[in-house]
Amino acid sequence: MQLSTLEKLNEARAARRAAVVVNDLSSGRAQVFIEGEGFPAEWEAGISETLRSGRPSLATLAERSVFINTYLPPPRLVVIGAVHISQALARLAPVAGFDMSIIDPRTAFATAERFHGVELLADWPEDVLPMRPLDPYTALAAVTHDPKIDDYPIRAALDAGCFYVGALGSRKTHASRVERLRSAGVPEEAIGRIKAPIGLNIGAASPAEIAIAVLAEIIGALRHRDRGEQGRAA
Amino acid sequence: MTNEAKILDPLEIAEAWHRQGRAVALATVIETWGSAPRPVGSHLVIDGEGAFEGSVSGGCVEGAVIGEAADVIASGVPRVLEFGVADETAWRVGLSCGGRIRVFLERIDG
Repeated sequence: MQLSTLEKLNEARAARRAAVVVNDLSSGRAQVFIEGEGFPAEWEAGISETLRSGRPSLATLAERSVFINTYLPPPRLVVIGAVHISQALARLAPVAGFDMSIIDPRTAFATAERFHGVELLADWPEDVLPMRPLDPYTALAAVTHDPKIDDYPIRAALDAGCFYVGALGSRKTHASRVERLRSAGVPEEAIGRIKAPIGLNIGAASPAEIAIAVLAEIIGALRHRDRGEQGRAA
Repeated sequence: MTNEAKILDPLEIAEAWHRQGRAVALATVIETWGSAPRPVGSHLVIDGEGAFEGSVSGGCVEGAVIGEAADVIASGVPRVLEFGVADETAWRVGLSCGGRIRVFLERIDG
């Protein structure tokens, strides 16, 4: 592999962009392709499938034996609301391999004492998200059930094609949320992607159990990304 | 990615080592059968002195891969290595879990 290929790959990984490397097993010649940049027509199918599934594979492309390796960004979890459920999530999500951030402008909630080991941003989502854009490898869980705080990041997550968008709140709360999003011009298909009530239905009662139900739903969405339900690649 | 994960990232290390003027080989798991300790796509980076980071197995075959890396660094010719219990070498470097793996070993060229 050429150093320039390795540099391009590392640059893409640092920027949280999905990439594949096609390695010719006999010559050692390697090429890197970044998601969204277009691939050679004859390789399109093989590369796209590898990107979708996240699984590297051996293949024969243009009569050459190649190995297609895939590099998907590590999954992130952005939680809107520094509430009790988020405290439990902050302990669980890193164990499952997620980088987690919490955003909540209410400084009474967003205190360092309540949250250890995860990034805590005591600011409005409107101010935070433009500087740390959401992406298709990010899950967003909005748990304040305060429209002033939750609505903006929910829309931003739908726009960014986040692999999971979940919102806390009763069916009634969600019905009014749907109405607001609809009148703001969010397409029906996008609204349908919101998981509400949030979390798998396991009869969760305590905040910790709800956090487990939410995390399980997020993992399901991540692992089934290739089945077309969520994935709206950037 | 956490800082620790970044520090121990074989591909970042490969780039950094090359920049320091070290000879670098990269090993990648390209195929597995049965139970294999590291998934397809996993990397091990080796320098000309035999220093290494990352893994292609749970420690079973790394020694053999590092040995082969010296040849690949010298010749620049990539090779595919296969390890498994069916191998002659299995008694020395086979996978105790009973699986088989194929590893692609190449030199990083500047």
